[in-house]
Amino acid sequence: MAALINVPSKAKRGEIIEIRTLTSHIMETGFRHTADGKLVPRDIITSFTCRYNGAEIFRADLFPAIAANPYLSFFTVAKESGKFEFEWIGDNGYSSTASASIIVE
Amino acid sequence: MKSWRAIAVAALTATVPALLAGEIPPEARRSGYSFMGPDTRAMQDDDTSNPGVLFVLDGQALWGKKTGSAEKSCADCHGDARSSMKGAAARYPAFDKALGRPVTLDQRINLCRGNHQQATPLPYESRDLLALSAFVAHQSRGVPITAGDDPQVKPFIEQGRDLFMQREGQLNLACANCHDDNFDKRLAGAPITQGQPTGYPLYRLEWQTLGSLERRLRSCMTGVRAQAYDYGSPELVALELYLMSRGRGLPIETPAVRP
Repeated sequence: MAALINVPSKAKRGEIIEIRTLTSHIMETGFRHTADGKLVPRDIITSFTCRYNGAEIFRADLFPAIAANPYLSFFTVAKESGKFEFEWIGDNGYSSTASASIIVE
Repeated sequence: MKSWRAIAVAALTATVPALLAGEIPPEARRSGYSFMGPDTRAMQDDDTSNPGVLFVLDGQALWGKKTGSAEKSCADCHGDARSSMKGAAARYPAFDKALGRPVTLDQRINLCRGNHQQATPLPYESRDLLALSAFVAHQSRGVPITAGDDPQVKPFIEQGRDLFMQREGQLNLACANCHDDNFDKRLAGAPITQGQPTGYPLYRLEWQTLGSLERRLRSCMTGVRAQAYDYGSPELVALELYLMSRGRGLPIETPAVRP
């Protein structure tokens, strides 16, 4: 699935940086019904993780009340050059990954 | 005195023959963007926070994917969309010679699928069709709308204008009652816009997905308690064409974000 990641490409050591992520997902709540009364089964992302050079720096649990195409933003301290890895896990075995690199000077 | 007034009215109408009473003059035309709050504007302006861009990326993938029994992709004929599709969305709906009527961008994509890719048409409002039309329209971002300049579509614009001015539904409202006569006012707390079709297909936060101009028109019709026209019906295409000619000169924003 398509994902949009916004991580600064360069940062100073010790600088606080913002990471913004947006991913494609319908986030079907499991509470809605079709026109003929059948329940639409729940299909949501349940967990999001961000790793910075292998170490987990941010994790979030997601719930049915979160809108489609979840947007998450958070902050971290730029310690060293390397890679951010993002992972979204959800219902029906859903899994999606993305990554972004940063140069710390 | 009366004759003076008649002359004054005649002189006024003679200078602006193309505009009916209440229609918005070109210099006063404003995109729905200008009616939004700063948060929603910021969301549209930043391509990493605009959820419509997710669909554009999907469309980009579909553009290069071979499909149908002809085993051809869009790119096999049209090449690089950045040059071949630039300005295309600003010209649609456009006249199709074989059909003898105007077709929307969505219909053009499905005609291409049928005629050149030997593939089944994509259903209206399906993710793939929205993604493809968002990708194509995105190539025209910033290009001013020119749809309706073709003389062959003039009768269809007239039909669309009549539909726009015609009262309908249990609330007995025409499109013009809100979008020509009362824009900048509020309807239940939400700003009434001019209804300019600059950003379609666009991401509505209310829909939580991308949607076409036809979906927007159909929701308005349901809103005034009228029976909405079917997707792809000649009436919706005519309305779409009139709206595009009414927004002439405004730049395309696809994918726009709206509340």
